[in-house]
Amino acid sequence: MRSFTYERATDARAAVAAVSRPGAKFISGGTNLLDLMKLEVERPSHLVDISRLPLRGIEELPDGGVRIGAQAANSDTAADVLVRSRYPVLSQALVAGASGQLRNKASIGGNLLQRTRCPYFYDTAADCNKREPSSGCSAIGGFNRIHAILGASGACIATHPSDMAVAMAVLGAHVELLGADGSARRVAVTDFHRLPGDTPHVETVLEPREMITGVVLPPPPPGRQLYRKVRDRASYEFALVSVAVIVATERGVISGARVAFGGVAHKPWRSVEAEAALIGRPAAMATYRVAAEAAMRGAVGQGQNDFKIELAVRTLCRTLADAIQGR
Amino acid sequence: MSGSDSGATWAASSGLAGGTSTEVERGRDEFVALSAITLNVNGRRLRLEVDTRTSLLDALREHLRLTGTKKGCDHGQCGACTVLLNGRRIYSCLALAVMHEDDEIVTIEGLGEPGDLHPVQAAFVECDGFQCGYCTPGQICSAVGMLAEAAAGWPSHVTADVSSPRIALSGAEIRERMSGNICRCAAYPNIVAAIRIVSEGGPA
Repeated sequence: MRSFTYERATDARAAVAAVSRPGAKFISGGTNLLDLMKLEVERPSHLVDISRLPLRGIEELPDGGVRIGAQAANSDTAADVLVRSRYPVLSQALVAGASGQLRNKASIGGNLLQRTRCPYFYDTAADCNKREPSSGCSAIGGFNRIHAILGASGACIATHPSDMAVAMAVLGAHVELLGADGSARRVAVTDFHRLPGDTPHVETVLEPREMITGVVLPPPPPGRQLYRKVRDRASYEFALVSVAVIVATERGVISGARVAFGGVAHKPWRSVEAEAALIGRPAAMATYRVAAEAAMRGAVGQGQNDFKIELAVRTLCRTLADAIQGR
Repeated sequence: MSGSDSGATWAASSGLAGGTSTEVERGRDEFVALSAITLNVNGRRLRLEVDTRTSLLDALREHLRLTGTKKGCDHGQCGACTVLLNGRRIYSCLALAVMHEDDEIVTIEGLGEPGDLHPVQAAFVECDGFQCGYCTPGQICSAVGMLAEAAAGWPSHVTADVSSPRIALSGAEIRERMSGNICRCAAYPNIVAAIRIVSEGGPA
């Protein structure tokens, strides 16, 4: 690990000012950043500790929504009574991720900013446009079983590893940001992460020195919420494919539908195509299959991950069926 | 690494409290940053000077000689380094010592000792919940933290209804909740049995 100087921030304005130092980075839970620093994938020369900022609260909003502070732990958020009762898909996604120890340390803001688990990104001897712009992509033509099937580019086929962000995408959540000049803004979770394009090292729309202060969940839409994660082992593993749905029916017809996928793209992947193919149609497997195939239109495999396209179709069908039948 | 120590101090600015480090130059473009910190470990306040890079795990083992906490993978994948931070289980390998001043840290040494074992330690002995023993301190600290989480009604990935306020700690729940601790001897059946004994109110 490279040397770094350290300071602890006690208010948000001071934190964004402190991170202006060249080579500086924010650190919160550190569960991903410290791992990457040990491998020298990340090499900050200065850390601004924001973990003690008073941004841990989870509060109900006047409109019936909920605001989650960026420093709230993944575990506290998953166990929060408001989140569990109104946004069970978020609680389910959070407890599907990582382990108990990591969820106690990892923050909501840090979860959004975690880096891909592409093995070539971690291997400093490999080419990786995300880690070292213009060096190439070893995953294309390499071991790419876990990689993206949607929205990838010739420069990068990495996926975003978060479960939580998939649930936030289906819930229509917004990320609250504090700028270096003290200005605040909100960005939809679905617009927060970028597709790789030619600049896979630029992963979000965060401006330099901007800090995540919270996530706002709008009032939950009607319908049953469900998160399903498919992975190589039963626990403590990243998703090959995951699905978050919110679906409502009236007399056997789908009256409301929201669909998002994880493990398939460089960002949590909300599928308006699947949603359009569900609404107004009978709640039946044939409908789910048509919707799932609509979601995967344009999906491209890289060889080893071709199976993910059919896996995503089947995972969505099963999740919709279970949600609608109340399983 | 050699060279003169310039001892340039990075001053704290407004809104930045404590926890600042001192930069010591080690020649061109190289430096180490040191920080004098106080850790609260097993009820004792301990002063130490650490390189800012020092993990909580290395501070415990190498500076404070509390070698009960084990280093396995050092990347948050095995659970051997699990300790309790303000009553909650974390991986000490993915924590910086400088970030945990004033936090209450409990290691395996602080849970109990021969003759006065913590109930989870006693249950591991009772159920033969280990073979080589390397993962055991982490397993036990993790189990202590996990039992508190379950008692607080926290849901897990195998909880059928996450909105339910109470958790029945079944074998499946214990296995899921302990998945962040690997045992390469595969003593899992006896680890689960030990945790069940404690969750059900102690040995018969």
